[in-house]
Amino acid sequence: MKEILFNIFQFYYQGFKSMTLGKKLWTIFIIKLVFIFLVLRIFFFPNVLKSNFKTDDQRSNHVIEQLTK
Amino acid sequence: MENIDFSLVDWSRAQFALTAMYHWLFVPLTLGLSFIIAFMETLYVKTGNSEWKRITKFWMTLFGINFAIGVATGIILEFEFGTNWSNYSWFVGDIFGAPLAIEGIMAFFLESTFIAVMFFGWNKVSKKFHLVSTWLVAIGSNLSALWILVANGWMQNPTGMRFNPDTARNEMVNFWQVLFNPVSINKFLHTISSGYVLASIFVIGVSAWYLLKNREHQLAKKSMIVASVFGLLTTAFVVLTGDGSARNMAKYQPMKFAAMENLYVGQQNAPLVAIGILKEDSKETLHKKQDFRFQIEIPNMLSYMAFLDPNAYVPGIKDIVHGNPEHNILSFQQRSEKGKIAIRALSDYRNAKKAGNDSLAKVSQATFEANYANFGYGYYAGRDVHELIPNIPMTFYSFRIMVGMGVHFGALFLVILLLTLKNKIDKKRFILYTALWTIPLAYIAAELGWIVAEMGRQPWVIQDILPTIAAVSQLKSTSVQITFWMFFILFTGLLIAEIRIMTTSIKIGPTEDLKDSVKN
Repeated sequence: MKEILFNIFQFYYQGFKSMTLGKKLWTIFIIKLVFIFLVLRIFFFPNVLKSNFKTDDQRSNHVIEQLTK
Repeated sequence: MENIDFSLVDWSRAQFALTAMYHWLFVPLTLGLSFIIAFMETLYVKTGNSEWKRITKFWMTLFGINFAIGVATGIILEFEFGTNWSNYSWFVGDIFGAPLAIEGIMAFFLESTFIAVMFFGWNKVSKKFHLVSTWLVAIGSNLSALWILVANGWMQNPTGMRFNPDTARNEMVNFWQVLFNPVSINKFLHTISSGYVLASIFVIGVSAWYLLKNREHQLAKKSMIVASVFGLLTTAFVVLTGDGSARNMAKYQPMKFAAMENLYVGQQNAPLVAIGILKEDSKETLHKKQDFRFQIEIPNMLSYMAFLDPNAYVPGIKDIVHGNPEHNILSFQQRSEKGKIAIRALSDYRNAKKAGNDSLAKVSQATFEANYANFGYGYYAGRDVHELIPNIPMTFYSFRIMVGMGVHFGALFLVILLLTLKNKIDKKRFILYTALWTIPLAYIAAELGWIVAEMGRQPWVIQDILPTIAAVSQLKSTSVQITFWMFFILFTGLLIAEIRIMTTSIKIGPTEDLKDSVKN
């Protein structure tokens, strides 16, 4: 089992190590993810119903109120 | 719904459209190129010809660039559901949650595992296992699209659910009905096959550039054969599934169909306007009627396209607005009355429940359920009926330009295939330039398809049940504008990065020599 896990680790490790263009792509990918999850998600895209109401009952009441007003 | 902030609705829609359209710049190439690579690698494994390995690795690099830059751009759409469309997000409940969760899990495990083997596994795993991994990446990424399009198809034709007035959510009652929704299945097949066509054009265009530069002749010609055969077959499939889309539209979204065809008055033996120019300054603005300045019609074709019967009656915008009892079409007025009853019954149900009046709650629920199919129309009672008619010139022209480009793509695949088989392609510089400049056209056609599908169904977020004015979150319009421009900058940056890295890699060409391919 240990050997399998080590081989899997080696597979990924060697793969990442031998990347050329991939390094640039991973950099873009990581910057993008950080921006999406740590900037956009937290500061600009809160889940309105989750952050404004504590329970599902309150959320459904709010939505019904919005839909029937 | 008396005080609707249309600026908020419009900016929220614009933001969602911007995100979806940018996302769709990356996705179709991933869907199609993954299969083209799988075909090329299959040829390598079958023939043992190392040139195919070199070719596969080259296209795999371009696939990797597109995948790395495009991946996760769709996540922002899910953020927008929770922030900008919170009523909708709650209202759709499990229906959207289940397919998206399956998509997330499948995409993560299938794609991420086998993509690693695809890129890192050359010479480390057996040829056959590598090939299987490449095929699984192709199948996995295409199956991801299935779940997204199941969710989208449900919005165009909601089915297999029941609205629970206690939770204010739609609950899935029949998973198979949701999965095999005819709109979803057709949409999935049409969308992925359009991705295959786009990827084929990309491969042909890049190969044409090499031939124009007098480089990489073997790679270019072999790639052109694979891509043109794949492109030809999938163009035929796009036509077939497009035909299915038209029939579904006529059945489930007749207003979208009438708008797309600019059919104002319904008729039997309806002709299809193959080419048409609308009058820009049409004086008659009733129901957004647009006269034709010029048109070329194919007799009976629209009736046939919609109902597989050249004599069939196709309802027009006027019939859908005013109703047509002869053809059992309710007017907007009638539907909005029913919708109003449904909205009131929902309110009564909740009040009765709060008051502990079970018998009134039961009656209200029955009234609600009887009128739920027209729920969304209730928001338009007493409002301008024009709000229920989509943008006609936009859908009309988008559809025709998309189809026109499709014809061009099919012809191009055929010409490229014949010339490559006759070994004359490198001398036909005009054809090579045409192939190169068709790449942006393929992207435009792919976006136009979405414009027809999504602009054409306005104002509905969920067809007939939930319009944008009821689905939107009550936010400040300015905050939506700020995030709109942030996305614009982010996505434009990603697009520039993609184009720059992609063009640089294409200019460099295959990094592996044929000698190395043979050695490995």
